[in-house]
Amino acid sequence: MDKRAVFKSWWLPILFALPQIALILLFFYWPAVAVMRWAFTLEPPFGGAAEFVGWANFQDVFADPFYWNSVGVSLIFAFCGTASTIVVGLVLALAVDRQLPGSGLFRFLYILPYAIAGPAAGMAFRFILSPERGLMASVNAVFPDFWNPAKYGSHALVLVIVIFAWKWAGYTFIFLLAGLQSVPRALTEAAAMDGAGPIRRAVDIQIPMLAPTLFFLLVIMMTEGFVGADTFGIVHHTTGGGPNHGTEVMVFRIVDEAFKGLNYSGASAQSIVLIGLIMVFTFIQFRFIEKRVHYK
Amino acid sequence: MADIDIRAVHKSYGKTKTLHGVDLSFASGEFVVILGPSGCGKSTLLRMIAGLEEITAGEIAINGRIVNTLEPRERGCAMVFQNYALYPHMTVAGNIGYALKVAGVPKAERDRRIEETAKIVGLSDYLTRRPAALSGGQRQRVAMARAIIREPKVFLFDEPLSNLDAKLRVTMRAEIRKLHQRLSATSVFVTHDQVEAMTLADKLVVMNKGHVEQVGQPLDIYHRPASVFVASFIGSPAMNLFETRVETGAATVRFGGAQVPIDGALAAQLRGKDIIVGIRPEQCVVVQPGNGVSAKVDFVEELGSGRVVHAEIDGQPFAAVIGEEMRVRPGDRISLELPPSQLHVFDRDSGRRIEFEAVPRAPQNAAEAPVLAIVE
Repeated sequence: MDKRAVFKSWWLPILFALPQIALILLFFYWPAVAVMRWAFTLEPPFGGAAEFVGWANFQDVFADPFYWNSVGVSLIFAFCGTASTIVVGLVLALAVDRQLPGSGLFRFLYILPYAIAGPAAGMAFRFILSPERGLMASVNAVFPDFWNPAKYGSHALVLVIVIFAWKWAGYTFIFLLAGLQSVPRALTEAAAMDGAGPIRRAVDIQIPMLAPTLFFLLVIMMTEGFVGADTFGIVHHTTGGGPNHGTEVMVFRIVDEAFKGLNYSGASAQSIVLIGLIMVFTFIQFRFIEKRVHYK
Repeated sequence: MADIDIRAVHKSYGKTKTLHGVDLSFASGEFVVILGPSGCGKSTLLRMIAGLEEITAGEIAINGRIVNTLEPRERGCAMVFQNYALYPHMTVAGNIGYALKVAGVPKAERDRRIEETAKIVGLSDYLTRRPAALSGGQRQRVAMARAIIREPKVFLFDEPLSNLDAKLRVTMRAEIRKLHQRLSATSVFVTHDQVEAMTLADKLVVMNKGHVEQVGQPLDIYHRPASVFVASFIGSPAMNLFETRVETGAATVRFGGAQVPIDGALAAQLRGKDIIVGIRPEQCVVVQPGNGVSAKVDFVEELGSGRVVHAEIDGQPFAAVIGEEMRVRPGDRISLELPPSQLHVFDRDSGRRIEFEAVPRAPQNAAEAPVLAIVE
């Protein structure tokens, strides 16, 4: 039976959709078109009409070694960030799913970080993991410079990934816990009768049953790692892209170029490359990984 | 092969008590059926034997060894679940062989045993399929194969046939029985279906509200139900039960405006006492009008081999099985005789069966049985 409501007049449905259409036009299509325009033009520094320059902006971007550095940093950030959020979320979800006494409290506590803004978490972690005063200070007292994100780019990158994972593990945790709770209890009981202990049951039964959820989180977290608001916010407030461009992820470099360097054209070209990169990754994920996901 | 001893086992979830002290013992190789309505605690008891549910108080011993604190895998039990609980991402072979894989049995031996087991349950051609591509009966067989391959000392069945259609259920029932004869492991089978219970059990346990009502051989329980609950739960159509009082002057009880005779020796014990009397529908005898208890027919159910007359006596429903040759229509009045030897007598307060000791039963001859005064 067809249950759709049919509007008799043509203008009423458009009126209902109008606010949404206006928002999409204003905040999505207009900026997107502006970015396309800027990417292929150059604003004269002392005013005047924008000048069409073809692919010149892209050539400049690709010729810049710091740009390629930011691509590398972004790849490491997105891959390590995704892997650690999913692994941490999964371990926590498996633990809470056992429903031992007090698991309700832990469920609440594990979700909590997701409610904290990324930049705020970044500020907090600057103190928590500060080399001179934080948790690592005592280690540094014995092994100088064992942990110094202010000095080493690699340490700083680890720091921002830790903050990203700390916040977003709460997000993957919710989805994975919901996924685990929809696995029929009889399956894990049957595995227990078959002699499997808790870890064996998780690996052989629960994680395979979570495949659709894991795939969903892989796609979402990769995208979040590349372009998420938190990716910029955490880097901006924790390391400011440094030291020596060590944590300069692509989104940070774009904002930095556009609003500090006032190079709208270069930033727009970088944005378009970034969008292309995400599309490629998502395509790869659906093409090669989704095949191995069984939804039933 | 293992015997199972259940001693004073209690189960509570917080303040809710679901089992109130269950004492049972099952001999090695026995086929035990635990029967009861939903919520009576039968599945909980089974899961406690399996180790899936903690034992609040009391102890369970398998082969003399107390298993209260043992993990399921250490108890040597295999279980067939109600919804089969097959691993959907594994093939049939993977499902059947999973226990061996966990136990670290080498691949070659594992494959050999998977094939042997699949043969027993007739699944040899389906080993590479996934459970989603199987029918209900085949899934049931995979679940059984998965239990068989471990060569368990104890087989536990948690309502395994309740998801199958009626015909398949009968087939699988026979297969389970055959399998038991072949493997002779102690089996505990939980069900709410009395036909399954009667046909499968060596020993039948009837449970209600967390108590064991009666334990015994199926026929014993059918013929001598220990309580009103068992009497009403076992047998189809259900036993007729009515409340009455033993007359002080005669060996009769009042029912439906008539005096129904009861066993003399029993009556002598129970003068003036409130009792519940039960009689199975198939034991009621239709007699000439003017005799027996008069009943007004509500409707008739055809069984093919006979028919069940649902009638009303004293405003209470009352069923009787009559032969196919009798014609009865709704609204008719029929007279029923209730042979004294077929009456079950229960205490009205406790609901327990009242047996009369030391006196042999009266000869069972319906024709000679005294038929009482009738008021119509």
